[in-house]
Parts: sequence; structure tokens; C-alpha cells
Amino acid sequence: MAAVQGFEPETVSDEAELPDREVGEVVLKLENIELGFGGVKAINDVSFEVRKGEIRAIIGPNGAGKSSMLNCINGFYKPQKGTITFAGKTMSAMDPHFAASNGIARTFQNIALFRGMSTLDNLMTGRVLKMNRGFFWQALRWGPAQREEIEHRAFVETVIDFLEIQSIRRTPVGRLPYGLQKRVELGRALAMQPSILLLDEPMAGMNVEEKQDMSRFILDVNEEFGTTIVLIEHDMGVVMDISDRVVVLDYGRKIADGTPDEVRRNQNVIDAYLGVPHED
Amino acid sequence: MLEFWFFIEVVLNGMFAGTMYSLIALGFVLIFKASGVFNFAQGFMVLFAALCFVGFLEMGVPLILALVIAAAIMVAWAFAVERFVLRHLVNQEPIILFMATIGIAFFLEGFGELLWGADVHPLDIGIPDGAWFVGPDGVMMVQQFDVAAAVIAGGLVAVLALFFTYTRIGRALRAVADDHQAALSVGIPLNQIWIIVWAVAGLVALVAGIIWGSRLGVQFSLSILALKALPVLILGGFTSVPGAIVGGLIIGVGEKVAEIYLGPYIGGGIEEWFAYVVAMLFLLYRPQGLFGDKIIERV
Repeated sequence: MAAVQGFEPETVSDEAELPDREVGEVVLKLENIELGFGGVKAINDVSFEVRKGEIRAIIGPNGAGKSSMLNCINGFYKPQKGTITFAGKTMSAMDPHFAASNGIARTFQNIALFRGMSTLDNLMTGRVLKMNRGFFWQALRWGPAQREEIEHRAFVETVIDFLEIQSIRRTPVGRLPYGLQKRVELGRALAMQPSILLLDEPMAGMNVEEKQDMSRFILDVNEEFGTTIVLIEHDMGVVMDISDRVVVLDYGRKIADGTPDEVRRNQNVIDAYLGVPHED
Repeated sequence: MLEFWFFIEVVLNGMFAGTMYSLIALGFVLIFKASGVFNFAQGFMVLFAALCFVGFLEMGVPLILALVIAAAIMVAWAFAVERFVLRHLVNQEPIILFMATIGIAFFLEGFGELLWGADVHPLDIGIPDGAWFVGPDGVMMVQQFDVAAAVIAGGLVAVLALFFTYTRIGRALRAVADDHQAALSVGIPLNQIWIIVWAVAGLVALVAGIIWGSRLGVQFSLSILALKALPVLILGGFTSVPGAIVGGLIIGVGEKVAEIYLGPYIGGGIEEWFAYVVAMLFLLYRPQGLFGDKIIERV
């Protein structure tokens, strides 16, 4: 606990230095977010912003509030205090439907796929919001609705190609190995054509090769589609390699924010991860 | 030859009974598809819908108007269930949702009794009650009421089957039943889907309540009778609309044929337990039913 009580808020650089790479305007802004469950403060007065086109990592020890943060961003949790600014609106809490329909897609720490459905059907659910034709046309499977279904199917096929999962197109996802399930989950998020992609530990439980594949996919998505990415990851090597800017949380507080190099040198971060010597 | 016609009559009677079971089973399937939960309250919804309908009729409201009001009540009921119960249980275990439906069932039973009393209400909406005699010399008797009920049930089932099989709501329903969080994350409006499904289940309950009520009178035992749908569901699969129909027909025909042809050898009363034995055999050899989604568990 010494690390938490020991640090002074003013040592935190609020406006993190921008990376060398070209990044755009602020697309998502979180200010003074506070979230508690009963007596436990999961997030305590955290502010940070995400810029268009960057890869933004959130790191921190277990229980630091990283997943809670992501859940606030896509509306699963309602913070008790603070504001979220997104898509031209400043809100006290996000609504999941608003988030999804304005281009926020996500994956989960414990894979949340539709287990009984095939890979293809899972990806097609990502297109739900893009379908416009009414139930009547859908029911007849005729005319505009059929054309629409074909268009969406075509898009889903490009995602399948991109992620190299052609061979498991028809396999019920519950039957797939863990690494592939993670990939299908990423595919479902990509099928939404998101502007912001939230990834909760995309590489947890993967072997080295799978991690390399996943890193490559994340970088490709970011570069080819210009998708902004917010990710939580425990593998420091990966985080430092692929992200532009890093937020560090510890016990629900923000203790650092900056480029990977800045964060690596930050004394608070080193203390949080390695602990500080106790003085008697 | 006479025996042949008799056999046809038995099978036909079974099929008519079967469509009645299908009608009840359908309401369960709808809600199961959208939440992965057996809605214990479905039988009570049948009772409640029928009570409202017959209640307004007895107050002198014209038939069509009474039907519209009862339908409106069932839709309002769907909104209430979503607002006061389901909304607060997003992302909970199926068993918790199931417990909630038990609560809903008892609420509905008490509420129905409070509003309409506990008497048996006879119901006659003008479905013809005579019989046709067909075949050579009219050896076979067909109840007109049975035919009318089967036509209504069949029409309803066909419309619903089309709706859920061929619209994107089918995929959305499976998604919602599978994983609430994931469904929300891709932007499927969970609350709307629940309202739609409960409203449709309520309307199906109304139709089932009127038909069963016309035959047996609107009374509280209707809610228990609804449990007869359970073996139908096990047979047809909990998630399949066509399954509910085929399951209902098999159970209906099976019961009647077994009663008539096996009865003399092993004693009567087969009708009472035949459905449950069939259901048990299915649970042993094909737990997902004839048409249900296969459950895959990676160990």
C-alpha cells in the first residue's frame, strides 16, 4: 500500500506527450471518472483521452481497474462521478447501444462469443446495426433485403480473409481452441467496422506465436483501417512494442500517462510493479 | 376397412390434440430462444390472458374489442416485465432468470384472481361445435371445433415460424440467449428484443387461452395444463418453433394411439404418462430434442 499513499498527484503528467507518429484529434475523453462497488473504489478520479488513430494501452497490476475502465467506456458500468465525451456528446455514463451504434466495438477478457453459432454467424451478428431493411422485407427474403444480406456477407468474408480464419467458417465456435476463439471475437468486433476498438487482454493465455499473430493483426487493423485501439494487456513486451501511448493504473488511480519510454522510466510505475522497500 | 377408418380417426384426434399442445409449447419456445430460460410463468400467462378476455366479454364488451383489449394488456404486460424484472437481471445466470419467472408466475396468478375472481368462466366465441361424418357411410367422426382450433393454431405457428426463421431477429435472438454482454457489445438492443418476445409470447398465450378456454372453460387449472408442454419441448427442442409443432403432433398422436391400441394389453390411462416416458427416452438419447441447438462443451 505504501506505493499508493506515497505518491503525490502533482507528479503525474496530465497531458501526456504525443508520440512521434501522426495522430488526430481527441475522439474519446474521460474526465474524473469514479466507480465503486459497495465500499470498494475500483476507479478513483481517473482522466485520460484517446486520440484518433492511435494505439492506447491501459496497463497496471491485477485489480487496478483496467477492465472496469473499459466497461465504463462501452457502457456496461455507469460511473458514479465524472464525464465521458464521445461522438460530440458529454455524458455522465455511456449507453451500450449508443456506444455500439457510434462505432465502439470490443472484445472481452473471458471470451464472450455466441458459442452455439458458427464463426460466420458470430461475425454476422456484428453487422446487426448496419442492417436497415425492415422485418417485412427480411421475412420475404426478397428484393432489397436479400441484396443487403449479400453485401453484409461479402464484408464479413473480407474480415474472415483478413484474420485468416477461412477454414473455420462453418465450425461452431464452442469447438474451437482458445487462441482461435480470441481471433473470432476480434473478427466479430471488426465486422462492426468500428472507429474505436476496445481489446481486453487480447493475448492472455496465448503462446508466443499466437501472440505474434495477434500483435500483427492489431497493428494491421490500426494501419489499414485507421481504427483507434484501446487495449489492456499484461505482456509488457507487447505493450511497449505496439502502443503509442500508455495509461498506468494502480489501485484505481492513474499513476502515469505517456509514451512507452516515459512510462518505463516513471518511478511510480516501477514502484507499483516491483513494490517499494518498507522503512521501519 | 372399418378398422382402417377407425385408425385414421384416432390419428386425426391425436393430431388435433397435438396442435393444442404445440400452441402452448410455442410460447415457451419464444422466451427460451431469447433468454435461454424456461419461462415458468407461461401457463399463468395463458390463464391471465384468457381471464382478461372472458372478463371483458362478460362485462358486455363486443368480441373483437375484448380481443383487442386483452391483446393490449398482454403487450403492456411485456413492457412491465422488461421494465421491472428483466432489465435488472441482465447478465445474470439462467437459473436466476428462471427463479424470476417463478415469481412472475405467482404474481400473475394472484393478480388474475384479484381482478377476475376464482370462478370457472364458460367461454363461447362461436366456434362451431358440431361434427362431420366422413368416409364411406360416414364411419369417421370429425369434431368441427377440433378442426377450427387446428387451423387457428396452424396459421399462428406458420406466421411465427416465418418471422423467426427468416428475419434477422432470429440471429439476434440466438445471440441474446447465448451471451447478454456480447450481444450488447455488438449493439443488439437487448431490452427491445425482450419486449418483442414477451409480447409475442403473451399474444400466443392469449390465443391458446381462448381455444383451451372454449373447450374446458376458463379456470385456474389451465395454468397447470400448460405444463403438458414440457414433454413437447423436450421432444422438439427448446429452441425450435418447428420443433414445437412436430413435438406436439408426435405427443398428441402417440398418446391417442398408445391409449387405444396398447391400452387393452397393459391397462388404460396410458394417455396420462405416455408423453413423459417419450420425453425421458429423448433425454437419454437426444437431449437437444429433434430440432434444438446442439450444446457444445469443450472440456
